Amino acid sequence: MHTRKKAVLTGIAALLILAVLLLLLQELFRPKYGYGNIPEGTLIADYYDEAGEAGGHDVIFIGDCEVYENFSPITLWEEYGITSYIRGSAQQLIWQSYYLLEDTLRYEKPDVVVFNVLSMQYGTPQSEAYNRLNLDGMRLSVSKIKAVLASMTEEESLVSYLFPLLRYHDRWSELTVRDFTGMFETQSLSHNGFLMRADVKAAENVPTGRPLPSYAFADTCWEYLEAMRALCEREGVELILIKAPSLYPYWYEQWDEQIQAYAEEKGLRYLNFLEMTDTIGIDFSTDTYDGGLHLNLSGAEKLSDWFGAYLAEELGLSDRRGESDTAAVWAEKAARYHAMEADQLRELEEYGYLKSYGAKAPQ
Amino acid sequence: MEQLLSVLKELHPEVDFETAEGLVTGGILTSLDIIALIAEINAAFDVEVSAEEIVPENFDSAKTIWAMVERLMDED
Amino acid sequence: MSFTSGIFLLFLAVLLLLYYLVPGRHQWKLLLAGSYVFYAFAGWSAVCYLLATTLTTWLAAVRVGKKYEDQERWLSEHKASATRDERKAHKAAVKASARRWMLFGILFNFGLLAVVKYTDFVLGNVNGLLGLFSGPQAPLPHFLLPMGISFYIFQSMGYLLDVYRAKYPPEKSLGKTALFVSFFPQLIQGPISRFDALAPSLLSPHKWDGGAVALGLQRVLWGYFKKMVVADRLMAVVNTLSGSPEEYQGLYVLLLMVIYAATLYADFTGGIDITIGVAQTLGVEVAENFQRPFFSKNTAEYWRRWHITMGTWFRDYIFYPASVSKPMMKLTQWCRAKYGLGLAKRASVYLVTMLTWFVTGIWHGASWNFVVWGLLNGVIILVSQELTPLYKRFHERFPALQPTFGYRLFQVGRTFLLMSAVRVLDCYRDVPVTFRAVGSIFTDFDPSILWNGSLLTLGASGSDWAVALCGIAIMIAVSLLSRAESLRAQLSRRSLALRWVLFGALFLAIVIFGAYGVGYDANQFIYNQF
Repeated sequence: MHTRKKAVLTGIAALLILAVLLLLLQELFRPKYGYGNIPEGTLIADYYDEAGEAGGHDVIFIGDCEVYENFSPITLWEEYGITSYIRGSAQQLIWQSYYLLEDTLRYEKPDVVVFNVLSMQYGTPQSEAYNRLNLDGMRLSVSKIKAVLASMTEEESLVSYLFPLLRYHDRWSELTVRDFTGMFETQSLSHNGFLMRADVKAAENVPTGRPLPSYAFADTCWEYLEAMRALCEREGVELILIKAPSLYPYWYEQWDEQIQAYAEEKGLRYLNFLEMTDTIGIDFSTDTYDGGLHLNLSGAEKLSDWFGAYLAEELGLSDRRGESDTAAVWAEKAARYHAMEADQLRELEEYGYLKSYGAKAPQ
Repeated sequence: MEQLLSVLKELHPEVDFETAEGLVTGGILTSLDIIALIAEINAAFDVEVSAEEIVPENFDSAKTIWAMVERLMDED
Repeated sequence: MSFTSGIFLLFLAVLLLLYYLVPGRHQWKLLLAGSYVFYAFAGWSAVCYLLATTLTTWLAAVRVGKKYEDQERWLSEHKASATRDERKAHKAAVKASARRWMLFGILFNFGLLAVVKYTDFVLGNVNGLLGLFSGPQAPLPHFLLPMGISFYIFQSMGYLLDVYRAKYPPEKSLGKTALFVSFFPQLIQGPISRFDALAPSLLSPHKWDGGAVALGLQRVLWGYFKKMVVADRLMAVVNTLSGSPEEYQGLYVLLLMVIYAATLYADFTGGIDITIGVAQTLGVEVAENFQRPFFSKNTAEYWRRWHITMGTWFRDYIFYPASVSKPMMKLTQWCRAKYGLGLAKRASVYLVTMLTWFVTGIWHGASWNFVVWGLLNGVIILVSQELTPLYKRFHERFPALQPTFGYRLFQVGRTFLLMSAVRVLDCYRDVPVTFRAVGSIFTDFDPSILWNGSLLTLGASGSDWAVALCGIAIMIAVSLLSRAESLRAQLSRRSLALRWVLFGALFLAIVIFGAYGVGYDANQFIYNQF
């Protein structure tokens, strides 16, 4: 009996040690996103640190790069006292947006959810790499599992999302010092989900879209859009559909009509910023850092300024700069934001490009 | 029995078959040896050793081989 | 379901849990259900083939058994009354009707196998011949070969033949026969088990035995290591080298011979380790299929130690029966009368050896590569048989040489290289290409590829090579340490903590260095297709 007990205890101890080792290895092999190395990689995980911050968020943005590059929560705060967070990520597909919204609503209840409709064009899983970027950061939940199942390409498996070590074990031959030093910390580059880029690359010769065989969105996309609407309705959250003012990927007239029709039918607000660039004052020779794909800092601030006014006037979001707790938290955020802005301007001066912010050296 | 021993001797002169055990399980007789042996037995004793007789129990020593031969002669 | 898939591990975990929860008398039913769940992943048509083999095997075996039972009853009833001749006549009649049932099972199953496996090959060759005279071309049907069909049909037919030979009575229960045919750990790639060896532990109830389960899991882990760390990583190199034989000549071919030997060994024995280990966790004893084959000193010995259950199958059901068949015995006697003992002893054995190796070759695959592969093996075995007296004389001249370690090493190395040279017929696309490639070793030898970086362009990076070579080194070390007894058995006498450390490290090594996941093909075990 004694030896048997000892064997069981040894087994339990060994399994525990093995589990700890596996967790450590998982942290070691996990790709270390952050400064100078795919800043988009930390966006989804960043949220959980701030989910419960003072006062919560009045506005949640969901969508692809057209939200996290184009809206600046700090500007919304500084100009209108509106608190917001962007749960955006690279090539975020609509079901990922839906489940991220579900996930977010577990932590807080915003007044407004803003969804960028560009991803309506993708009805099937696209790429393993982007899936990883968008899903690995999510905390484990039913929503995450559903998001994974909806997103997996043929070569992927659910278990590798539950235990990312099974995906990244291959990195044993490419580990660097950073992988060891970065095991327990994430270097976040975002400001409430906004990725700042202060450099400029004017838009020239924007190509118009090639004619498509069909302009109908996939059924799946409509189902998730409808699910998103129903979820917001259930939770008493106002859903606003937007199309960000990015010049391409090309936004077809035929697509726009379908979204307009849907918004009208369901009584949703739909803002196509592409048609409002003049009103907002966006100048694509100075307000984009990659020739019209994404806005840069100046463009994002202009757009946020306009949108903040819209939120305050049309939806009656109140100015919270008087709440001292909230103001204290946001003052810190603003300070970090302006420090980064200054640092980016310095780098542009010094190197001619944003060396530490994921930009490539000019050829 | 004497006749059998001389046949075996011809196949493997270095083995003392009167005492040796484990001819098959010990790897002394290869399958080629066994076939040659059966051809000899068939001719010498006018029996027919069929494939189902080729099991280690029958070929593991001179004694068991002889027992098999006697049984086969008896059956005819 | 592939052994290396996540779903298999889940399946195994659930099955193990249920297996030790249900009452012992139901355990075999659970295994049967589990085996069909396992095989259902191969598709419904594959399950139909499996059912067809099961039903015909069961029916034929039970009918044969019934004839013998009736015969026993008749003999005991007529013990006094029947004359010796009457008894003989009755026996002969029974044997004849038993033979009809046996032949029904054999012809049906081997016919099935022949149709699905060899139609394309035969028609392809017929088309080739017709093409010479610009004749019409038959379309190739391209049957989808059900996974593991060669293995389970051979196992089932071995059982039927044993029953026909009255080695043991048949299993009367259809369900139990079905489990014997379909037992999932060995369904896809063997070993080819014998009923009398497998059935006792397969069909009996088992109580939880932590020690046995641990030993089984250790073996499974070792199998995964060989398969995932070594075989799957080197497979890319094998494919690169054999895929462009015009480009990779000379030393590359020698390299391929060695790498493919390591890859196939790691893949096949790894798979068998998983099979036997899984069976062990269920309390079922599956026959060993390998006995450190690369330490063999000659070809015949190699074939007694590599894929053992296949070798003994061909020996017991083809080589022996063909050798002692009436035509062969007649041939022997005729040769003896005409040409003397020397030729008489050889003629039939040579003929049957080549026949057996021809069938062995064609069993491995429906292509000329395998036919030539089989025949070459036969020739090598016969030649070395003929050379035995020569070796004997050589050793009598130099008696000091034979017992030395160096000489044994030479023998082992020679056998390894010879077998590796024949084995590359597996890899190349056809026979002439293989012969040219192997020939180029002697004409086109450029050792600089070993250090000029060429090795890094073959589908494995420097770190891949490092891992694979370490893995191979570990495999060799384990082999050397397992001479007398398996390493696991030796370790089971050491402290529990040491075992946890070793097998924990093995587990981590598989997780980190295994070639799996996105970026790697889900490499099927090489032996599946056979």
